[in-house]
Amino acid sequence: MIRLDRVSVRFGSGARRFTAVADVSLDVAAGEAFGLVGESGSGKSTLLRAIAGLVGHAEGTVELAGTVMPRRRPRAARRLVQMVFQDPYGSLHPNQTVDQALAAPLRVQRLGDGERRIAAALHEVGLGAAHRFRFPHQLSGGQRQRVAIARALIVAPPILLLDEPTSALDVSVQAEILNLLTRLRQEHRLTLLMVSHDLAVIAHLCAHVGVMQQGRLVEQTTAAALAEGRVHHPHTRALLEATPGFTGTVAAD
Amino acid sequence: MSDRAPPLLTVRRLRVTFPGEQGDVVAVRDVSFTLGRQRVGIVGESGSGKSTTGRAIMGLVPKPGRITADEMRLGATDLRGLSERGFRRLRGRRIAMVLQDPKYALDPVMTVGRQIAETHRAHVGGGERAARQAALAMLEAVHIRDPERVFALYPHEVSGGMGQRVMIAMMLIAGPEVLIADEPTSALDATVQTQVLAVLDELVRGRGMGLLLISHNLHLVAGFCDRVLVMYAGRIVESCAAGQLHAATHPYTRGLLASLPDLHHRRTMLPQLQRDPAWAEP
Repeated sequence: MIRLDRVSVRFGSGARRFTAVADVSLDVAAGEAFGLVGESGSGKSTLLRAIAGLVGHAEGTVELAGTVMPRRRPRAARRLVQMVFQDPYGSLHPNQTVDQALAAPLRVQRLGDGERRIAAALHEVGLGAAHRFRFPHQLSGGQRQRVAIARALIVAPPILLLDEPTSALDVSVQAEILNLLTRLRQEHRLTLLMVSHDLAVIAHLCAHVGVMQQGRLVEQTTAAALAEGRVHHPHTRALLEATPGFTGTVAAD
Repeated sequence: MSDRAPPLLTVRRLRVTFPGEQGDVVAVRDVSFTLGRQRVGIVGESGSGKSTTGRAIMGLVPKPGRITADEMRLGATDLRGLSERGFRRLRGRRIAMVLQDPKYALDPVMTVGRQIAETHRAHVGGGERAARQAALAMLEAVHIRDPERVFALYPHEVSGGMGQRVMIAMMLIAGPEVLIADEPTSALDATVQTQVLAVLDELVRGRGMGLLLISHNLHLVAGFCDRVLVMYAGRIVESCAAGQLHAATHPYTRGLLASLPDLHHRRTMLPQLQRDPAWAEP
């Protein structure tokens, strides 16, 4: 569903040119959940933005649902992939109601039947008519993230990108949002690509995990291998050892 | 950690109230604990009152917030009704606070070295030279490899982990007895988090200080502290030895622990916390 072939993203030019993502190749099958971990500055969020088409990639190809993405994406291509951001306090317009936030993607994609779609999207994420005409400041952090998920899913994309979707939330709310994502993924056969710095969160949702460091994908592994400490790259090992609650030993090669 | 030594910090029935349009909001309700030469962690979710507790002890609750307590002492000094002037004499020299994000807590237009030296001059006295020497020594104590170079950097030129070590250096240079650290590593990467905590631990132990660590991260507090206080709705609902957190008995603590994803026990669905209004009652 997602196929990346030697994708690089660069910013700036000349002496100030900076390579944020270098030569990343990746395959995520339909219905699979793939997690990307790494420290700040490792390029994981930039890679996500390149897949979403929010930043252009300098080299390589991004293929979504069997179509290579052109530099400027047509409307139909943009419907393939939607994104949920880290901070629900920042990603919702403070002067727009939930209803307006959900109506915008429908307008962009020229989808009719807004009334029904908005009500269904809210119901889907566990919100009701009572929340529809509220402003973001009248919602809790968890409710806001539910609105952000509803906004992403309202155009029924096959691919959902998640950039640290729970790191701004309390752990009890994090559990609710992770459960919601698990359920939505099953019901809609979604392909998920999630970025997080929290290995336990990644391993919870994603069976396959990629580790990024300085723009490169240094290791691809599975949640099962992480749990058993069967990892190869020293950076993966360092991340694993820094995970609170990690009690096992990390096997050396 | 001897039980006979008088506690560095004593808090008994602390209440913090903010007047609101629909009556008073009680942010902290009857919180009591003592802190010796040890590391005590306060955990809870947002709005549980853990940060307000730390701020009340520092005299940093903004008006019109009201603080009442049966007892609130730093060593032998009564903190109740202490004036702003009185608090200013204590802060830095006897009690200090490390905040979450060094990006906001450091002065952006002053080099980090000057900020540390300024703290030294304000509380310890002595000249510019002595302050500079003390600041360089302190930077070395927080394991900064090239103190001379870092001394001359501005906050935007240092990384998050280095910024937080600079903060710790600044807070410890006047030799306080008690350090309150409010989410000191939440803004940092996991591997850097471990390094900063190690530095904090080394200094707090080496100097025989008391540390109050405020965090939302149960694992971090359990691994780092001697004792843990769990707060919910302004109240301490459970207090236990950090090593015994996994055997916590309060349904709130148990619910929080259960809702954490675990690398070793993958489950399709996580148990969700069912809140009981009775938890907010005494």
